[in-house]
Amino acid sequence: MSFPWAKQYEPKSPVMKWVDERLPFPRLVYNAVGAGYPVPRNLNYFWNFGVLAGAALAIQIVTGIVLAMQYSTDATTAFFSVERIMRDVPAGWFLRYAHANGASMFFIVVYIHIARGLYYGSYKAPREMVWLLGVVIFLLMMATAFMGYVLPWGQMSFWGAQVITGFFSAIPLVGEPIRIWLLGGYAPDAAALNRFFSLHYLMPFVIAGVIILHIWALHIPGSNNPTGVEVKGEQDTVPFHPYYTAKDGFGLGIFLLVFAGFLFFAPNMLGHPDNYIEANPLSTPAHIVPEWYFLPFYAILKSFTADFILDAKLWGVLAMFGSILLLFFLPWLDNSPVRSSNYRPTYRWFLIVLALDVLVLGYVGGAEATNGNVLIGQIATAYYFLHFLVILPIVSAAERPRPLPNSITEAVLKGKGGTSPSQTAIPEAHSPQPAE
Amino acid sequence: MIRIIAPLIGLGFAFVLVLGLFGTLTSEAQPETAEHEFHEHPKKLDLASNGVFGKFDNQQLQRGFQVYKEVCAACHSLKYVAFRDLAALGYSEAEVAAIADDYQVPSVNPDTGEAATRDGVAADRFPLVYPNEVAARAANNNAIPPDLSLMTKARHDGAAYVYSLLTGYQPTVPAEVTQKYPEFQVSPGLNYNPYFPTLALAMAPPLVADNQVTYADGTPATVDQMAKDVAAFLVWTAEPKLAARHTAGLASVLFILIFTGLAWGSYKTIWRDKKH
Repeated sequence: MSFPWAKQYEPKSPVMKWVDERLPFPRLVYNAVGAGYPVPRNLNYFWNFGVLAGAALAIQIVTGIVLAMQYSTDATTAFFSVERIMRDVPAGWFLRYAHANGASMFFIVVYIHIARGLYYGSYKAPREMVWLLGVVIFLLMMATAFMGYVLPWGQMSFWGAQVITGFFSAIPLVGEPIRIWLLGGYAPDAAALNRFFSLHYLMPFVIAGVIILHIWALHIPGSNNPTGVEVKGEQDTVPFHPYYTAKDGFGLGIFLLVFAGFLFFAPNMLGHPDNYIEANPLSTPAHIVPEWYFLPFYAILKSFTADFILDAKLWGVLAMFGSILLLFFLPWLDNSPVRSSNYRPTYRWFLIVLALDVLVLGYVGGAEATNGNVLIGQIATAYYFLHFLVILPIVSAAERPRPLPNSITEAVLKGKGGTSPSQTAIPEAHSPQPAE
Repeated sequence: MIRIIAPLIGLGFAFVLVLGLFGTLTSEAQPETAEHEFHEHPKKLDLASNGVFGKFDNQQLQRGFQVYKEVCAACHSLKYVAFRDLAALGYSEAEVAAIADDYQVPSVNPDTGEAATRDGVAADRFPLVYPNEVAARAANNNAIPPDLSLMTKARHDGAAYVYSLLTGYQPTVPAEVTQKYPEFQVSPGLNYNPYFPTLALAMAPPLVADNQVTYADGTPATVDQMAKDVAAFLVWTAEPKLAARHTAGLASVLFILIFTGLAWGSYKTIWRDKKH
């Protein structure tokens, strides 16, 4: 599953030769993330974020497994066990803050990774499967993060669980029974906490499995690149190792610096103070807000205020799930043959507006529901849906893309952008298909 | 097909949003409330524990503990803190044992098995002030004095909030509030304080006069000083590992910087003759 010029694994020691003949695992690693995987030579720093997301998941799994050794899954002792971790367990504060801030770092990295895919058209043929699996990973991450946030059993844990499981009660007729079935009771309690912990422990491994499929699917066509032009020959690529392992090492350093900044110096900045108050079913917090990474979706939920055939609440829930599910259709909504938005002068602006739009939604999601904020949220939500479902199909059909470079190498040698007027606007019609 | 259905769905969502938008435009703005307008953000509070290099000032923490013990502890528990933790404030083993000994912790009578109390030991956590919520409400005009262990992390800008609340009481509702909101009233038994979200709280001003406590280190015990000290102490109860975290953080950042520098060097070396 690589280009014809990909290096082949040659075991150097007799031991590795022996292993390779019986279980070619070293060969698999070599072809996946070693010198056997040829990668476009022009990747920019945005291509670091896939590896960083993998690192973030590894950090979450390691810290999470150790935390689980000290955590108590019982509604009466969960909050206390977290405080015991913070106070009495050696380096417990480090593990817990690493896990809590690690979740935020994971989302920061994944949001940049998704934005990279959107901007450079990484979702387009022949990489649709990579994108679809990516959206699955994102959904699994959201479920995992939500359930993890419930575990400390603070006020926001409890009321967040109450609000989010309440989405299901918006389903006509069967909604309320479904909600009770999911929670194992009428309100979040011992049953809910136990099942959330069980699933919170399971899902990261499911995510890891889907990541393997994600990378597998990526290695069939090979990585996209900032020009969006397919690889044409050996001169367009470099072996993943050592070229990109070295670059990812540097990227990892920057990632860890930012991570350490939060973990050691502002560990509670991204959290909510109310979660240091033990869950109390009789006292509703003044403002129930989810973690920052869910705020744009929370804003979408809150923006539907009019009943029209369906309840406003059901519209909100449909739109919130729809806002993510529509990403599954993205490869077919956009039928522009050009991948990279660098060569899409019109669409590029709409994408920038979308990025700002999502930031505005994030603000509205966390802000008080004054009339002004609701209004902004409604406009921003409308743009979100119009962007993907109306503007994108129209612009991708109507837009005249800028001329593409003939090859990655040509773009590299010409410097940034790498276009000249003499080049054709026809995207690679006869690019060599990588050998299976 | 999808490029026909998708725009219809998109326009559908947009249509419902526009309906809602008209609703928002025609609905009356929520009336401004006294709670919204006169609720103040906490005053600025400089503590030794603030900032990247922040460390605890043990003298101050001991003074703060004294204020807690002599004033706050009448109603507020500190249930996540153990007596042994106080050693971090600079108390000797004997002093910690003496402090613990002053408290009665729940126990059972070894002869009858009935509920009883015994003298605290260093390994115990601070006992609850009231045996349960009902008792707490009964003793406090139906309000529950919250546990203070995590207070400075459970409020926005927690230490400054505690300090501001303790020094922010006003004997009567200010004239500007009653002028603008004649219907605003502080219910009997509550006290006006602009740093509390509802402007009125059940807790009576706990620090009422200078020298309410007598500091062992001779620091003048003004109300302001006592409020600062107890706020500093509550930063420690909420985050006892703060100083260790800062130290570990500086070492980690230094280590990662060296790692990142080396990684940068190897990246540049490996890519030296590859234009990209």
